[in-house]
Order: sequence, then structure tokens, then C-alpha cells
Amino acid sequence: MDLATGPRLARHVRLAFDRTRDRPVLLLPETVVVLNGTGAAILRLCDGRRSVEEIVAELGTEYAAVSEDDVRGYLSRLVARRCVEPADG
Amino acid sequence: MDSPFGLLAELTYRCPLACAYCSNPVNMADYTDELTTAEWLRVLAGAADLGVLQFHLSGGEPLLRRDLAEIVAGAHGLGMYTNLVTSALGLSRTKAEELRAAGLDHVQVSVQADDPALSDRIAGTPSFRRKIAAMGLVKELGWPLTVNVVLHRRNIDRVAGVLRLAEDVGADRVELANTQYYGWAWRNRDALLPSRAQLEAAEVVVRAARERLRDRMDVLYVIPDYYSRYPKPCMSGWASRMLTVTPNGDVLPCPAAQSLPLPRASVRERSLDWIWTRSPVMNAYRGTDWMPDPCRTCDRRDVDFGGCRCQAFQLTGDAARTDPVCHLSPDHGLVARAVDAANAGSRAGDPPLIPRPHRAG
Repeated sequence: MDLATGPRLARHVRLAFDRTRDRPVLLLPETVVVLNGTGAAILRLCDGRRSVEEIVAELGTEYAAVSEDDVRGYLSRLVARRCVEPADG
Repeated sequence: MDSPFGLLAELTYRCPLACAYCSNPVNMADYTDELTTAEWLRVLAGAADLGVLQFHLSGGEPLLRRDLAEIVAGAHGLGMYTNLVTSALGLSRTKAEELRAAGLDHVQVSVQADDPALSDRIAGTPSFRRKIAAMGLVKELGWPLTVNVVLHRRNIDRVAGVLRLAEDVGADRVELANTQYYGWAWRNRDALLPSRAQLEAAEVVVRAARERLRDRMDVLYVIPDYYSRYPKPCMSGWASRMLTVTPNGDVLPCPAAQSLPLPRASVRERSLDWIWTRSPVMNAYRGTDWMPDPCRTCDRRDVDFGGCRCQAFQLTGDAARTDPVCHLSPDHGLVARAVDAANAGSRAGDPPLIPRPHRAG
């Protein structure tokens, strides 16, 4: 799937922080996906307006050595699980 | 001990429908003294402290609670993901807008079949057209929509039509849930259990739809456990990830567990934290220490957790036995005989469905 136009969280998905377990999470109707810090940082930037390149560039100001391939791979896996959708999809 | 991710709030067992597959308790009179708004808000606060992230508002028909939006707002204010599980009867535009403003995240609407007359017959009341209209409203207000259909002997042959309906109304998810035989549904098991041929035909349709709709709609299929080799991993283990609060404030690991002979634990008498960590009902089958053979030494004991305690109790009278659905269970013959009966003879000899008499109150 083409992610070039700006990924965003699927409509049924909400990014939240779980205080009890001290981890960022994705909340879905019947599932909780526990995230790591980097994953949450990527998803916070998925607002449908930023392109993947822009997301990678912004992450680069916060994290050393952000690989565009890794970000694309991460998002593609979440697209396959229908947690993320491309803006024009 | 794990902290629970989800709370299922059975706000009321009152319901305008009369589905024969209803899994709510048979003894509804025990649940008429419903928790007040303030009591539910206290439950929510306790749940948030325990680590609950998802709040499912169910019943019965939760829309019959006049304070539904207040309860939703309470959960939303605690940062929970809120999910309304409804027949959609009573979901007027005013009510829907009120719930949207309260922060409701997701709506699941049931329908009983794709054919209006059949759907109404199974629901026991004219409801199909109102349900379809309500689904449109859910989408119009920008909610994600799950369409839920309970499958059984009388509607599983129409699964292609059901999928088409879900697609037509623009559902984000469709949940095809084979009937589970708890509560009232247990009385109707032999009339509801599909044949192997019916299941195989339905599963071909579901697999094709999954492929075709991959980018548009999640197709969830809850397998009929009577036909599987191993039991379902019921609730991901007893009192592990979820808890249920019944309309009168009893706390259970799952809604069916009201049928088990365990001491009650009520939010009217104890804190949710105490109940989750210390109560006998939550600890009865936690972990694996309670397991009998063949589960005790089975390498799947952490995969399916011995299956369902309520099903074991229902079929054998002992909740601590291996779920008889498992082909390794010494009681498996109880399930095999029901399956044999469902595959013998013609449909014309099917027992009648006994509709659930509800008082919508």
C-alpha cells in the first residue's frame, strides 16, 4: 500500500498513554496494542498531513539515526493490521 | 497478577429484543436492582486505577439507561476507549448526538440477519429497518461502526448476504459470531447448533470476503467451539485481562460466570481493587494451579487456559474440569453427541426456538 500521501490512525484507533503499565498504547474496539516509545513517536506524527518523509525528518530532530525504511516498515505492518490508513485510502 | 485491560459493564438486562440465542442470565429478576449513576462512576474510577483502558457498555440494551451519556462521559474523562454494544433500538438522532458529545468512541450494532423478515423474526420484534437507519446515523456522525451478527442454524446460510449488508452500510468491522451456549441460549442449543455442512459453506464465504474486503473492512469470525479440536482461550484466562460488572454490581471474570456456584463479590460491598486481587470469585480459576488432567500436563495449558469454566460447569456440573469441547477431555462425548444430533436428520425435524421473554421496562 502506498503511504506517500500521509498516514493517519484509522478512525477506530486512538493513541493513549497507559499510566498503570507506563507504556504508550493503541486502543481499538476490542484490542490494546502496547507500543514502545519510538512507535508512539512515529504514530503521534501520523496526522494525515505529514508525509512519511516529513515524519522521518521530524523524528530525526528527536532521535539519532532514524531510518526511512524502518518507519515505512513499521507503518506498513500497522496498515496491514488496519490500525493506520493512508490519507487518500 | 495482571491488571485488567477491559471492563464490560452490563448496564441493564432489560432489552426490547427477544433473541433465542441471548446469553444473559435466565434469572433476570435477580438483576433489577440496578447500580445508580453515582455507583457506576465509582466503578469507573476504581477500574481506571486498576489499569482498565477499554470500557464496553453493554446489556441487555444499554440505551434503556437514561444516564448512558453521563456514564460514557465519566469513562471518557478517565481516558478510556468507550464502546457501545447495542441493538440500536432507541438510538435516536438526539441520543446519538448526546453520546457523541460525551465522547463515545465506537458503536457496535447488532442485526439478526440480512433479510428484514428473518431478522425481525429472530429478534422477536420489528427492528431491522430501525437498525439499518441507526447504522447510517452512526456513520453520519463519524463513528467507527462494527456490525455484529450472531450466527446459528437459522441464519448461517445467509452469511454472504450478511457481509453484503455490512459492506452496504459502510461498516468498518463486521463481527460474525457463532452462538455461544450460555444463559438463555443454552435452552435453545439444539435448535441453534449448525451442521458441519453449514459451517463449511459459511467459512468458504468468510475467507473469500476477507480477501476481497481486506483494505476496507475487518471481517472477524468467532469460531463455533463445538466443532473445534481445542477449546477457545476463554477470556484469555480467568480474571486475567477483563472483568465484568453486572447490572446489580456483581463483579465476574466474564458475563457467563454468574451461573457458577461461587461466592458473590459486589461493588456495593467491596472496592474493585479488593475484588480483582483478593475475592474468591476472581481467584477460583486464575493461573494454572487449579487445572485437572489432561490440562495440567498439556503443553497448550498457557494457550487455551483449559477453555471455558462456564462451559465445563454447564456440561459436566464441575467448573474445574477440562472444557468438554477439547477432544482430549474425558467428557468430550457430551459435545460430540450434540454435534452428531446437529448433523443427523433433516432441518424439518429441528426443535422450535424459544424466544427470550424480556421486559423492556
